[in-house]
Amino acid sequence: MSLLGTGILKGLGVTLKHFIQTYAEDFKYIGKKAGIEPRPLRRQNPANHGMVTVEYPREHMVMPENFRYIPFLVKDSATGEDKCTSCGICAKVCPPQCIWIVRTEDPVTKRPVPAPKEFHIDTSVCMNCGFCAEFCPFDAIKMDHNYEITSMSNRQTELVFDKDRLMMPDTYHAGIHPADWARELEDKKADEAKKKAAAEAKVAADAKKAAAAATGASAAATKTAPPPKPPAPPAQ
Amino acid sequence: MAEATTTVPPAAKTAARAEKAEKKPVVTLATLTPEMASLQQHFGADLIQPAPYEGVLITDPARLTEVTNFLHDELHLESLTSATAVDFIKEGYIELVYHAQHITGGAPLCFKTRVSRKDADTVGLPSLTPIYPGVEFQEREIYDLYGVRFNGHPDLRRILLWEGFNGYPMRKDWHEAYYAQDTKPYDTRWPAGNHKLDEERVPWADNVNYPPNFNPAEYTRNPDEGLYDTMYKEAPEQGPTDTPYQNTGIKTDELIVNMGPQHPSTHGVLRMVVKLDGETITDLKLVLGYLHRNHEKIAERNTWLHNIPYTDRLDYITGMPNELGYVLGVEKLLKIKPTERADYLRVIMCELTRVASHFWSIGFLLNDLGAFYTPALYFITEREFVMDLFDEITGSRMMNNYMRFGGVARDVTPEQLDKIRVLVNERFPRAIDEMERLLSDNEIVRMRTIGVGYLSAERCVAYSVTGPVLRASGVPYDLRRADPYSLYDRFDFDVPVLYGGDVYDRYRVRVLEMRQSLRILEQALAQIEQTKVGDIQAGKKAYIHRVPAGEVYSRVETPKGELGFYMISDGGQNAYRYHVRSASFINLGALKEMTVGMKVADAVVILGSLDIVLGEVDR
Amino acid sequence: MAEAETNLPGTSAVEIKNDPRVPAELNNNVFITTLDKIYNWGRKRSMWPMLFGLACCAIEMICTAAARFDLARFGWELMRPSPRQADLMIVSGTVTKKMLPQIVRLYNQMPQPRYVIAMGACATGGGPFKEGYNVVSGIDKFLPVDVYIPGCPPRPEALMHGFIKLQEKIEKQSIRTVPWYQPGGDDVVPVPMLGPDVVDLRRTAEIAEKTRA
Repeated sequence: MSLLGTGILKGLGVTLKHFIQTYAEDFKYIGKKAGIEPRPLRRQNPANHGMVTVEYPREHMVMPENFRYIPFLVKDSATGEDKCTSCGICAKVCPPQCIWIVRTEDPVTKRPVPAPKEFHIDTSVCMNCGFCAEFCPFDAIKMDHNYEITSMSNRQTELVFDKDRLMMPDTYHAGIHPADWARELEDKKADEAKKKAAAEAKVAADAKKAAAAATGASAAATKTAPPPKPPAPPAQ
Repeated sequence: MAEATTTVPPAAKTAARAEKAEKKPVVTLATLTPEMASLQQHFGADLIQPAPYEGVLITDPARLTEVTNFLHDELHLESLTSATAVDFIKEGYIELVYHAQHITGGAPLCFKTRVSRKDADTVGLPSLTPIYPGVEFQEREIYDLYGVRFNGHPDLRRILLWEGFNGYPMRKDWHEAYYAQDTKPYDTRWPAGNHKLDEERVPWADNVNYPPNFNPAEYTRNPDEGLYDTMYKEAPEQGPTDTPYQNTGIKTDELIVNMGPQHPSTHGVLRMVVKLDGETITDLKLVLGYLHRNHEKIAERNTWLHNIPYTDRLDYITGMPNELGYVLGVEKLLKIKPTERADYLRVIMCELTRVASHFWSIGFLLNDLGAFYTPALYFITEREFVMDLFDEITGSRMMNNYMRFGGVARDVTPEQLDKIRVLVNERFPRAIDEMERLLSDNEIVRMRTIGVGYLSAERCVAYSVTGPVLRASGVPYDLRRADPYSLYDRFDFDVPVLYGGDVYDRYRVRVLEMRQSLRILEQALAQIEQTKVGDIQAGKKAYIHRVPAGEVYSRVETPKGELGFYMISDGGQNAYRYHVRSASFINLGALKEMTVGMKVADAVVILGSLDIVLGEVDR
Repeated sequence: MAEAETNLPGTSAVEIKNDPRVPAELNNNVFITTLDKIYNWGRKRSMWPMLFGLACCAIEMICTAAARFDLARFGWELMRPSPRQADLMIVSGTVTKKMLPQIVRLYNQMPQPRYVIAMGACATGGGPFKEGYNVVSGIDKFLPVDVYIPGCPPRPEALMHGFIKLQEKIEKQSIRTVPWYQPGGDDVVPVPMLGPDVVDLRRTAEIAEKTRA
């Protein structure tokens, strides 16, 4: 150890440096308003030093596509129907078992219809793990980016989300998950192309059945397959 | 208890499940390693038998001490890593499972013994605390959760729950108030999942489980029963001549002070009961369990997949290594191997977590020293960049849920890899340099930490302490080298060891470890370029895993020390037994020896230097 | 209570008429709007949360107070370890039965006015650990909760959003109706007891009745 007190002075130098660095940004961007990246992005950039504060209610951090909070259900805006088929996979993979689904029954035949009659997610139990979105074979449930869901009153009525509360149009989904949406569209195209090819083959009815099964299998296969292009991994 | 079992699964399903359970594969017995064979040779094949799947079985629990002495003295298994129990309800016994190991490395030796369920809490079995003092807390945990009495244990009280709690909750026939069904997924959720809150489903609309004829007005038992007994008893009458600290001769009153569970310095909800002579600590006891959230009980109900996000919440600062430990164990049972790229991603994430965790712990160590928040703020800022990355790659800042059996959840993009490179090559080395400039030579830090909280290498090993605390006492034991897992045998890195055994050296070891982590990261980031992009999952991604029957003890080196998962599969969708050997919990066992003789203010610092996280301590 | 109160059009101001608490010569002449505003403005900008972390959410709470999110911008930065100096309790994490008596005791030690934020799924309704034998399914069974923030854990921004919501709630409170100036407004929650399970002392008679074999 050298002279007593030099260690403290050295440390104070570090704090002084930090103090000065908080103003570095102001000087750097003096007079420059246009052309600089938005402040939250700048402050999240590890290459920058100095201020890191993102002033929340005024400016928001850019949510990455993969970010997950509470799940929501996707509504197909073309048909106006929900994509959910009430297969129950999300309810099974949910670790704290907070998804409750009532399957619709056909009123005449009493057979199950691929649509949920009721769909509840208890957000006061949900652990935001994202398994439901990851394992949904129909891209019907996705993880929301909206974290501003504070409740002020009775949690048992307000924080148990029902089907209406969970339902979001697919345009919303496309907006927050662009890469995932692009993958979905591609999948859809591939599916249609396959169906077309199958139709063109003009096989008998039983052969068609096999084709349907094949599309089903391929849909599952694309879930596990790696994304074709590296820029953005699918958030599935 | 009777009130709890309201929902019974449909009879048909239970029958189907029972049928499936009956088709169990034949239990394979463990093959004996040379060490086990020598043990068998010494004690005879009657006493030492190969146990199912793994380890040896000591048939006579009364001779446990004798066998363990042999293990410790002759086979030189210096450290008892893990001790736990398994309730085999059908067979009618509770099996005690111990893992002992050489401090020089290699796989641990597993030995088991059995005690019948009926006389577990009356007859019991001998305690191993005289041989391995580190087992004290673990035996108390077994007593608490399984009701196994350990004869000769110095302080056998409940540890995670409180005195007077009704029953032994980890036993398979004990059901909590919200008990719905033995295993998940619950049948009530689909296809007729009419939402019903647990509070409405369970009678009394409350989360309680009272025995019959319980009258709260007449109940008098103290939940802290027995806590202060020994502390008062040991009060020295004629001056503390044999205690490790020196009394100055002034007659002082002794005080018992509770620190916590709400105390800013206890890193969560830990309670330290200290006996003070002036400001000097003469005795210390810990009260745990304020964050005991039944991880193991819930995990035994979950499917294998369900447990991955739960492991994040063990040590909530280091989610990634927790997941890795669990996933590696299940992969061992499933006999699958992750892809190369997935392996590299795992290593990268774990090492980033290590850097972030050490930043956090050093920041809060300084907080405990009285440098209120300035260093912590700087280091949390650095950690935020790791959190941003995790947010981007995995989807969550802390609860990553990233690892899967045979791979990881998502691939990284080249841009994200570049971001990690910026952190590893530019930001973090500078931040660590700055940290050293700020702290390492600071006279106040040195005066407050050098020589404080000393624990010798021998005592560390005896207390089964792991992690930076062990390495700061001069024992070069790091699981990444001692029993390599994942890809750690491919990287060139050192295991930092210092010999001071005090708070300062623990801080220094952490700093050095961060630098080594950056070294590993540099290599991993270079090598990951050779792997195939997008190849992140071995086999097909599934959500139901039928794990072959067997048992496994898988362990990883988290920033806190050795994290072990002991799991038994009975061939179904759920773990039959799932035990977490957590580093923080066992490291706490050595706290008393470090603190006695120190001042109160130092106790806070020593606790900070252990770097515990209550989520892992209490589980 | 005031005999007649009229809201002046276009403002939130309330005119006091024939209120027995107001001196007679001032009746019909008093507007208490400004006082309410100042009172609430002062309160909402200087909340002192209690430094009190329970579990995972506490880490996010610390991150909220740290440089990236900087709670100090709201005037809420002074985290007091002592309940006597705090007026906001952030229940940040899983509430276990063993910890419950301490939490209720801490709440009782806080001076009025006091607020409770249930941060995260666990404090709100038990969260992923709800089924556990040592977990209280939501702190609102024992304490009056003002704001619930679901999420596991909530992002720091979500916690700040909760704070802002609480500020809105404070803004709406009137000095005349707030419970702590009413007779008997300083309610003390009975501290639960640890028995065979946690015992809610408000319901001892009921428990004794139901457990009778």
